[in-house]
Amino acid sequence: MSPIPPKESDFIHSEEFLHALMKRQLKLSISCAAAFLVVLLGLPLLNYLAPEMMATRVGGFTLSWLVLGVLFFPYVWIIARIFITRSMALETDEVRHAAEGNKRKS
Amino acid sequence: MDFSKIDPWILACSAVTVIVTIIMGFRSAKSSKSASDFFVAGRAVSVGWNASAISGEYLSAASFMGIAGMVMLSGYDALWYPVCYACGYLFLLLFIAGPLRRFGAYTIPDFAEGRYDSPIFRKIAVCFVLFIGFFYTMPQMKGAGTTLAYIFPGLPYWVGVALVGAVITLNVALGGMKGITLVQAVQYWIKMFAISVPVFVLLSVYGGYGKNLSLNHSASPPAIVQSVDPGTIVRKALPEKAPKDEAWVAPFGPLTTKAAKAAGLTASEAKPYSLLYTFSLIVALVCGTAGLPHILVRFYTNPDGVAAKKTTMWVMILIGVFYVFPPIFGVLGRNFLPELYAATGSKGPDKVVLELPTLIREKYGIMGSILSGITCAGAFAAFMSTFSGLLVSMTGALAHDVYGRMLRPAATPEERMKMFKWCAVLVGGVSVLLGSLVEPLEINFMVGQAFAIAAASYFPLLFMSVWWRGMTMKGAATGMLSGGLCALVSATIVNASTLALDKGPMGKLFAGFNGINDFWKVHPLLRILCEQPAIWTVPLAIGLMIVVSKATRHTVPADVRMKMLVLHAPEALGLKQEYIQEQQGPAH
Repeated sequence: MSPIPPKESDFIHSEEFLHALMKRQLKLSISCAAAFLVVLLGLPLLNYLAPEMMATRVGGFTLSWLVLGVLFFPYVWIIARIFITRSMALETDEVRHAAEGNKRKS
Repeated sequence: MDFSKIDPWILACSAVTVIVTIIMGFRSAKSSKSASDFFVAGRAVSVGWNASAISGEYLSAASFMGIAGMVMLSGYDALWYPVCYACGYLFLLLFIAGPLRRFGAYTIPDFAEGRYDSPIFRKIAVCFVLFIGFFYTMPQMKGAGTTLAYIFPGLPYWVGVALVGAVITLNVALGGMKGITLVQAVQYWIKMFAISVPVFVLLSVYGGYGKNLSLNHSASPPAIVQSVDPGTIVRKALPEKAPKDEAWVAPFGPLTTKAAKAAGLTASEAKPYSLLYTFSLIVALVCGTAGLPHILVRFYTNPDGVAAKKTTMWVMILIGVFYVFPPIFGVLGRNFLPELYAATGSKGPDKVVLELPTLIREKYGIMGSILSGITCAGAFAAFMSTFSGLLVSMTGALAHDVYGRMLRPAATPEERMKMFKWCAVLVGGVSVLLGSLVEPLEINFMVGQAFAIAAASYFPLLFMSVWWRGMTMKGAATGMLSGGLCALVSATIVNASTLALDKGPMGKLFAGFNGINDFWKVHPLLRILCEQPAIWTVPLAIGLMIVVSKATRHTVPADVRMKMLVLHAPEALGLKQEYIQEQQGPAH
């Protein structure tokens, strides 16, 4: 297969556009992942470092059990919801951006 | 076999599930004609259907039966399984689902080839569809054997495995993926109904979730924020083999300390090992979810990237709600069915979900049988749907990739369809064979291993290919192969050593591996790293990908910028069509 020559005339094929696009998407994904990982990886650490606190009984559950077995699910849904809303807005914005960029270049 | 012990209600509910599944499979077989229908359901499945179907396929015997059994056996530590099974989807959503869908290819091997323009890489990627698939089918088969042995007391375990395997293989060979989408979606709702209704009934009879949990005392009397009155619940005495309350209800219990305990370490010495085990388990399950081939293929059945994202959101909600329930069975099982601790294999805690509802027979008579029938139906739905999904993706890999692309690229569509059917029979046969070996292993543990292999092979491949332009085929292949094979070998060693401990026929078959168990006693750290390999195999795979790609920098695909654009640019810009035209090649 022959390499495809970059079309300099076209904004959406430019390095600039791709770079900005990937950076914005990655930033969004990483910030959502961070919110998720802090709790996911923090919980075993809390269990390790503060076992007394995590064994506190809340309505029969230990605190640790309540967080992991029940509350963690809605937390993840919230992150997913935020991500989806933002990433769709980002896509709309990118399409607009690309159209503007093309106009500028031509 | 004693026919008088068969409960007619339980038998009837299970039979209905099986028959409905088969009929639906046959009906949709009539409507799926073209090769594209067989592989990705014509690419137009609505969000609701697709989300139910993904969830239906995902909630396997491990989710339905295994988690409850494992929570009963190991307590708190086992909770990581349901949580990570559900939340691993977030990783898939954040990093992989959208780009992969925009790229547009039938299977992961298609993606591997398309991204690196390398037919050899396709072959390597195909191997892992099969590795992961077979590891994942073994626990489904155990679920099948356990359930049938429960419905027909006295039926040998392997007969159940063979029977269920044959039925599903037939179904897949006739219906393909299109049939499966409908069947999977319906089966999600069967499973949801079957796990939730008995829990509500049982909780209303035996007291709430928290109340039952509160019977398990913590080590030191803790501060009580909101007290519950456990007064009315009387639980049965725990047998010798059951873990003690303190260890069961608290983190770092029997599951994660097993290796360290066997080495004779004290509780405080064992704790860091447990922490390591927990972290490794989390890595395996979260990254593994994002790399399961039979789940990923479903994202291609969405009409567009926005639909793929919406689907993932719904999947997370559907499976998240589901996963709250199985641990409740485990907690109740500990309180009211402690005799299961004494048994192993298909008669042990893995069947707590099926057995527990029969307890209310004493109070409500026939209700208990009906409820148990419902959970049996759910169990059938669980292993049938997951096994069908696996069978479709493994058969697809064989028929579409191995036969259609490598062996006979010139095959006509009719020949391919015929081959699909033969491959289904072959894969089904091997699955039954493997499944009949693993009776002594825990369902949920085996599924965890399949996740660990996926986490170390496909996840790094997909993640790095989507986000890093500098990846080369050699880098991707080296990383995926090393990570995946290390995880595969570790899992196999651990399973062989566990089977060697079995007191039944499997113990004799695997007796040669008993030496490994002595080795584990001296090296608990190595045992943990083999049992939960993700913590070192995932970084190994990613590290190798980076190093090798840097070393082979000159082989980065020439049109990588265009590929990255297709992966990341919004579909509204219409780059994909343009890309395919420029490629002028692979007729998908």
